[in-house]
Amino acid sequence: MSQAATELVRISGHAGPVPGAGLDREFTVCKLVDTTTCIGCKACEVACLEWNGYPFSETKFDNSYQTMPETAWNYWNLIKFNEHEREDGTLMLLMRKDQCMHCADPGCLAACPADGAIVQYANGIVDFQEANCIGCGYCMSGCPFNIPKFSPEARKVFKCTLCNDRVSVGLEPACIKACPTGCLHFGTKNEMKELAETRARQLREHSGFADAGVYDPPGVGGTHVIYVLHDAKHPELYGGLPNDPQVPLMVRLWKEPLKWIGNLGIIVGVVGIFIHYLRFGPKVVKGERKANGSEGENL
Amino acid sequence: MSREPYLLPNGRVLRYTFHERLVHWLTGVSYVYLLLTGLAFWSPWLFWIAIILGGATISRELHPWVGLVFTVGVSMMYRMWHRQMKETPADKTWWAAIGHYIRNEDDQVPSADRFNPGQKLLFWGFFWNGILLLLTGLILWFPQYIPWSLGFLRLAAVFLHPVFALCTIALFIIHVYMGTAMERGAFGSVIRGDVSRAWANEHHHTWYQQLLRDSTARK
Repeated sequence: MSQAATELVRISGHAGPVPGAGLDREFTVCKLVDTTTCIGCKACEVACLEWNGYPFSETKFDNSYQTMPETAWNYWNLIKFNEHEREDGTLMLLMRKDQCMHCADPGCLAACPADGAIVQYANGIVDFQEANCIGCGYCMSGCPFNIPKFSPEARKVFKCTLCNDRVSVGLEPACIKACPTGCLHFGTKNEMKELAETRARQLREHSGFADAGVYDPPGVGGTHVIYVLHDAKHPELYGGLPNDPQVPLMVRLWKEPLKWIGNLGIIVGVVGIFIHYLRFGPKVVKGERKANGSEGENL
Repeated sequence: MSREPYLLPNGRVLRYTFHERLVHWLTGVSYVYLLLTGLAFWSPWLFWIAIILGGATISRELHPWVGLVFTVGVSMMYRMWHRQMKETPADKTWWAAIGHYIRNEDDQVPSADRFNPGQKLLFWGFFWNGILLLLTGLILWFPQYIPWSLGFLRLAAVFLHPVFALCTIALFIIHVYMGTAMERGAFGSVIRGDVSRAWANEHHHTWYQQLLRDSTARK
């Protein structure tokens, strides 16, 4: 919320154009998460709860440092821990801060049938407008990152806003503000991409991580949260980060070909019966015509 | 068939009993609600339907419950009609003459029993699509309880639910057209329950002749 409604470039379930159609912003925003300097302190988790006004949830212990198995409707920011055994037998504790990725081509928005329940701002933030949410949960199916979560109390779906309320008044997101190691950065997408590539090169050339790289998946048009990974060839190691996330095929098929085939079919059907009536008329039972030749009344 | 007198004393024929008419309209009214709210979620251009029906949130909450009412209706239809809806070898010759039926050349169409093969298609179409809509609809009702690892089920339901719904819409368009405009007398039969003897003889000759034989046998 709290961003200018004129800056909307995509609106879910919306018939017709969007207000941000003629807009030309110089930059989009981006969060950079450098997993190689994360220490798993969870300050970002706490800052997220504090800023967004949610109480601390009960933790679910599973023999690791992880607070709970996945993000929740009132827990938008979660560090995923993975004790990874490398080929040489040494252990690595991989830690990735999981939250909404703010895709340039958001699957949640594509799947949403409710007018204005999910919007995308010109600065790249994808935000849920819960007042318009009808609680159908289609966004949960459309998201390739398992981010939107259903609140049984509100009967609506919630997720990370990229601190839209802070960003729109010139502040950085709460999680960035809280990070003590500087593994979290916030800036324009270009700046963050550059910084991430520099860091990845450093890891490759000076730290012995030959496969280090930047995670900015092209399958969803790139994201406004990007990661530096020691091993960019195996993003799944980092708490199940998908290797090549896409807007699901079923959502695409439903929104495009099926919709046109279905609409055409319905129109052909309705026009078809009308033409049939004009050409052949009703079935009239023999011997039940009135004397004046008109068709009988209700037989 | 029930032991109700199908040949009414006023010279007309009872086509549908009160129970049959009640079940028909329970199913029909619930289907129309499902159709309208479903269309609202189908296309942003039809979202206004949900607003007219009390808002999209209410439509989303009620659609599954009305779906259960529809399921009850279809189940009751199955109970009372499935024997009469059974396909018979004679149906093939009826379908072979479908062109005559469409062109209203009814003297060249084989005589039909209580339900003609077209009505059987409608019945089984709604029955099977109803089951599939129920299964996919249950997934869509509670997406939050489907774990992430079974996400393909949710995605399949997102795509297939409208596919099955479109199949019923095709049947529905033909059914409403034939029941109101095309087949004069049919609409009255599902409201008041009766038709003229000539109507019964013309459209459901085999059924009507059997009624006549039964009635003479009873005397």
